[in-house]
Amino acid sequence: MAVLAHTRPETSNPLGGGPRSRSALPVSVAITIAALAGAGVLSLVVGATWVPLAAIWDSSHPLHPVVEARLERTVLGFAVGGALGLAGALMQGLTRNPLADPGILGVNAGATFAMVVGMTSFGLTAMSQFLPMAFVGAALAALLVHAIASFGRDGATPMKLAITGAALSAGLASWTTGLLLADRKTMETFRFWQVGTIGGRGFDVLLTGLPFLVVGALLALAGARLLNTLALGEDLARGLGRRTTRDRLVIGLAIVLLAGTATALAGPIAFVGLVVPHVVRGLAGPDYARVLPLSMAAGAVLVVVADTVGRIVLPPSEVQVGIMAAVVGVPVFIALIRRTGRAL
Amino acid sequence: MTVTVDPGPVATQTPTRDAVEVVRRARRGPVRHRRRLVGGLALVVAAAFAARVLLGDYTVTIPDFLRILGGEQIPGATYIVMESKLPRAVLAVLAGLAFGVGGAIFQTTLRNPLASPDIVGVSLGASAAAVSAIALAGWTGWPVSAAAVAGALGVALVVRLVAGDHGGFRLVLAGIGMAAAMQSVIQYVFTRVDEYDVQLVLRWLTGSVNGVAWSSIGLFATALVVLLPATAWAARSLEVTELGDDAASGLGVGRGRTDLLMFLAVLLVAVAVAAAGPIAFVAFLSGPIARALNQGRTTLLASGLVGAAIVLVGDYAGAYAFADLNLPVGIVTGAFGAPFLLWLLARGPLNGHRGRRAA
Repeated sequence: MAVLAHTRPETSNPLGGGPRSRSALPVSVAITIAALAGAGVLSLVVGATWVPLAAIWDSSHPLHPVVEARLERTVLGFAVGGALGLAGALMQGLTRNPLADPGILGVNAGATFAMVVGMTSFGLTAMSQFLPMAFVGAALAALLVHAIASFGRDGATPMKLAITGAALSAGLASWTTGLLLADRKTMETFRFWQVGTIGGRGFDVLLTGLPFLVVGALLALAGARLLNTLALGEDLARGLGRRTTRDRLVIGLAIVLLAGTATALAGPIAFVGLVVPHVVRGLAGPDYARVLPLSMAAGAVLVVVADTVGRIVLPPSEVQVGIMAAVVGVPVFIALIRRTGRAL
Repeated sequence: MTVTVDPGPVATQTPTRDAVEVVRRARRGPVRHRRRLVGGLALVVAAAFAARVLLGDYTVTIPDFLRILGGEQIPGATYIVMESKLPRAVLAVLAGLAFGVGGAIFQTTLRNPLASPDIVGVSLGASAAAVSAIALAGWTGWPVSAAAVAGALGVALVVRLVAGDHGGFRLVLAGIGMAAAMQSVIQYVFTRVDEYDVQLVLRWLTGSVNGVAWSSIGLFATALVVLLPATAWAARSLEVTELGDDAASGLGVGRGRTDLLMFLAVLLVAVAVAAAGPIAFVAFLSGPIARALNQGRTTLLASGLVGAAIVLVGDYAGAYAFADLNLPVGIVTGAFGAPFLLWLLARGPLNGHRGRRAA
């Protein structure tokens, strides 16, 4: 994040976002890779025990097991953060809504609830079984929030979507907790997961979810042109020959795959999908061909850095990444509300 | 409506006397209706209270109950009534009153049914401060309530600053953001404690009237004895406040009065949270229900009684309705309050057609 933020002054032009020429592409790719690498190395080195850089490569170093343990959560953090950043950018593009985020619009809560139903009612235990539940839950929640917010003359305004999402999340959280209270064993495994954490999950969990993340990401990146056309508005997009319903379905599927898998892997993490696309648009302009891949990278960096900072910010405890994301995200959310003002 | 204006007699009989009579009846109607409503609601609350104390898994007869209150020791029964059933019921009534009145003040003053303290994060702010004071600083007793008040005021101020003068949408959104932040604080605090007590976590996240000591209930009751009359005094001009700041100033009710009323509402909610946790959606539900029952007019007392009834019934349902499962009241009210909120969003005042009953 810090690395990306440094480039801000260059792009401060009145149109908001820089109309980068083709020659800027290598630069942004280089910055992105540097940010990812930096975040990754920090995540391996920093924590309750600081590890010297040498221990990363030297497998006989006494601290090498620490690095291995941290590698798991770092890779998971990259995957989950990338998925959330991408999902947020897709949602903001699809609903043309600056406040869209899988957490705020209730998608994560839907996935969570469906997974808990699977655990307590159908006795599911493996990640491969949770994932379909999470997808169904995420899709139903997204559709429900959109349907409810669409009532009335003015349709699904950002403000109505956000409040409907919050209402659905609150209700689903109650139902989720009610189910968990009936099943103490599930409650214990759920305790940290529910806060949103990437610690102690293991590679096998990630490997189960990875194919869905890849498919979701490919669908999403292919959808950049669809989003650019949709950004012109429903009527214009149709006038330009797009089949908007099919486009929306493709992007919706990508959102469900990405947000559902991320929730199943790391718990409901909100605000990453909200913050990241705004920062990226500010740096790279509104073209979704750039916004989508950069959002994925920035989301990955944000989650890994948030997780790293969470390990050291309040010793001896560890602040879960879901909580750190809220710490970063709420001020941005409030700033967005202030800036968007009456347009909501 | 009880007001029926029959045009026939007005045209034929002496106009002045009849007009006076019509106005008098029009004025008397709502007052009479309100009295009847408050009386009815008080009966409902009393019945729910009796059911909560006497029925359930351990039935107590009324003579037995009176003997226990008189100080007689009945093996088993005395303990269950005095340590479990009665404190739960008393706390449910008090918390319901405080949330109902506080919520109705928020909704009326901000002129938005969504701007209730539980939705805009004020309850969760109080809860986050209280739980931090207990778990991290080791406080007990009244300092916890003081911390809750500070937390609630802090969130209320931030939300108000962010929303600026045009409350409405921005205020609700800013509140939702603050609520999410406060929830994170509470969850963080609970990752810090060594022993993970599910019931305790749920108390501070969603609210529960279970297992609260008489001493905290006494503290809460004392606070209400001061706050409720003060609120009643400050709420005299509530009907004018409802018209909006400008109209209210024009009618001689300054901004100071509104602010005082909001301050009292924040205090009410905060002390209730310190005792019972942020019981989900009670503050949000009570106002609109009381309003609908009262022909679209705001009444704080009825709203408080509706709140008390909701908490009593919710606690009863949570304790006995689901087999051997003992759900905290906040889970029950959250599970059934959220659909109501969604329904309100689907048809309510946000959609332009401002129905009187929906508002």
